[in-house]
Amino acid sequence: MSESWPVVEVLSGGASDVPPEVQRRLYEDMILLRTFDERAINLQRQGRIGTFPPSLGQEASEIGSAHALRRSDWVVPSYRDHGALMVHGLPLSNVVLFAMGRTPSLSSALKALPTSIPIATHLPHAVGLAVAAQKLGTDDLAMAYFGDGGTSEGDFHEALNFAGVYKAPVIFFCQNNGWAISVPRARQTASETLAQKAVAYGIAGRRVDGNDVLAVYQVVGEAAARARRGEGPTLIESLTYRLGPHTTADDPSRYRPADEYQDWKESRDPIQRMGGYLMAHGLLTAEDNQAIRQAAQDRIQAEVEAAEALAPVEPGGMFQYVFRQPPGDFATQQRRIEEAVSRG
Amino acid sequence: MAERNMIGAINGTLDQLLAEDARVMVFGEDVGKNGGVFRATEHLQERHGDDRVFDTPLAESGILGMAIGMAVGGLKPIAEIQFMGFLYPGLDQLMSHAGRMAARTQGQVNVPLVVRVPFGGGIRAPEQHADSIEAVLVHTPGLKVVVPSTPYDAKGLLTAALDDPDPVVVMEPIRLYRLGRQEVPEERYTVPIGSARVARPGKHLTVITWGNMVAVALDAARALAEQGEADIEVLDLRSLYPLDREAIGESVNKTGRAVVLHEAPMTGGLGGEVVAAIQETAFWSLRAPVERVTGPDVPYPPYAWEDFYLPNRERLVEAVRRTLKD
Repeated sequence: MSESWPVVEVLSGGASDVPPEVQRRLYEDMILLRTFDERAINLQRQGRIGTFPPSLGQEASEIGSAHALRRSDWVVPSYRDHGALMVHGLPLSNVVLFAMGRTPSLSSALKALPTSIPIATHLPHAVGLAVAAQKLGTDDLAMAYFGDGGTSEGDFHEALNFAGVYKAPVIFFCQNNGWAISVPRARQTASETLAQKAVAYGIAGRRVDGNDVLAVYQVVGEAAARARRGEGPTLIESLTYRLGPHTTADDPSRYRPADEYQDWKESRDPIQRMGGYLMAHGLLTAEDNQAIRQAAQDRIQAEVEAAEALAPVEPGGMFQYVFRQPPGDFATQQRRIEEAVSRG
Repeated sequence: MAERNMIGAINGTLDQLLAEDARVMVFGEDVGKNGGVFRATEHLQERHGDDRVFDTPLAESGILGMAIGMAVGGLKPIAEIQFMGFLYPGLDQLMSHAGRMAARTQGQVNVPLVVRVPFGGGIRAPEQHADSIEAVLVHTPGLKVVVPSTPYDAKGLLTAALDDPDPVVVMEPIRLYRLGRQEVPEERYTVPIGSARVARPGKHLTVITWGNMVAVALDAARALAEQGEADIEVLDLRSLYPLDREAIGESVNKTGRAVVLHEAPMTGGLGGEVVAAIQETAFWSLRAPVERVTGPDVPYPPYAWEDFYLPNRERLVEAVRRTLKD
């Protein structure tokens, strides 16, 4: 079966026809994301933020996919997709605030839904956003982010089925990172590939080397073009690997074979691969590399400072937005909490 | 002004809402060519096209999840769930997403979604076609829940639900769909969400109820009046969230006695919340303990037992008499 589902790779081939400035940008954003994740893990260890789900190892999938979209497209993320949201325009300070248990908002003026915490329940939302774009006569699309574990959920089935029936302009971007917390991919499904599940829904399926940022960029770009032409949805299986823990509360040494981890870390790291490619094609020097990393650290420092500079939250913040017009009871419930706090 | 039954009023309202705003979409299982299993959407596909009135695959989470996306994406979806007993897979979408999207995004994304759900018993339906889970919905923060018991309110509440910027579940009492007709204005109007209605004014005791049970309460009140026993006020809540606590307080402060009536199971039912509202708003006016007349704590039974399960006039009259005696 896997022979029918070839894995698209670009870095192993010759020169890419992606413009050099885009290639550079993809590389810079991958470094920004990794630097951010490393910093966030430190912040968590210091008790300055709460539990955090790093995307270490998945930078090519996150960055390559999101760069293939337009800002007018919808991003429908899961909890590990701050990289894609960052590319789509989300300030990193919002990600810090999110991890501080503060604003769960990841949207702002962005065309993105807030990160979905339950698994795969957001996939039908992407279908609905795509159907809305279709009915409103735009050529925008929606892209849902989820993992290999998400394909076991009923909502994965329902969303792909609906999308197929309505030929909705939606991309289902599945990052197969090998693990759903401690459960390996082989315990989620007996299917040989995840991409082949597309066949059952009558939609397109693709497999891509998810640690090859140019390949991800290309495959998502092709799926986006199909969607905009009215040719319907695509399921993309992006083969990658979670180098970090599921979250800062997880210890992967309990379940993950050390040799498997070492193999992915040493020979398939998405940033090293792209860096080597750019250097080989004369698009990057060692000095550039140093400057890119320094710029990432400076930017992240500023974003962390911005997040930490905000005043503490007030009780009213949890009442304020539940309804446009809060029901009468809210005032009483809020006042009682505020009175207790002020007596505190 | 035409006389309509409730299903006719709902059909006419959907027709009107589709005609006035191209963003309105009506969809669900069998709502297209078939016009819905209760005919609430009859002829709407012919009149408004299959782009706006359409069948969905048979999957309730998919329907409501897609509806959330459509609402956020700039449409005004009116989704139908065929029976409340089939809503359970869709509850995930209401609880995990629809009810908390506005809070999670600090008001930057709201979900102007309408969900229509036929509910309740009394028509000898097959098993699992008669559930009432309003307590679950009301206990889900971020949702509004309304229940008409008249054709007039069916139109006004459905129109208000569409105008509301937040998700609203409209529970439609199946047994009242074709029970009785009423004049329903042709022109657009709304019944405000959050306001109860005095279905029958009275002096001696308030029966607080909603949906199918409003008919039972009115029937009991008529019987007690005819026998010269008591003058009963019937308060039809119409909105279960937000709950009209003021109307509850006003009525019970006047009558001094109350019975709460619903067909859902007793324990954890919304009746408990109504009793709490009574003691918060009218405790010092109470002249007798408040009684509840409800379905028992059993799964809604196969219809051979339906008449034993459902609260009826006799059970309500007994409770009223006990409450009046104290």
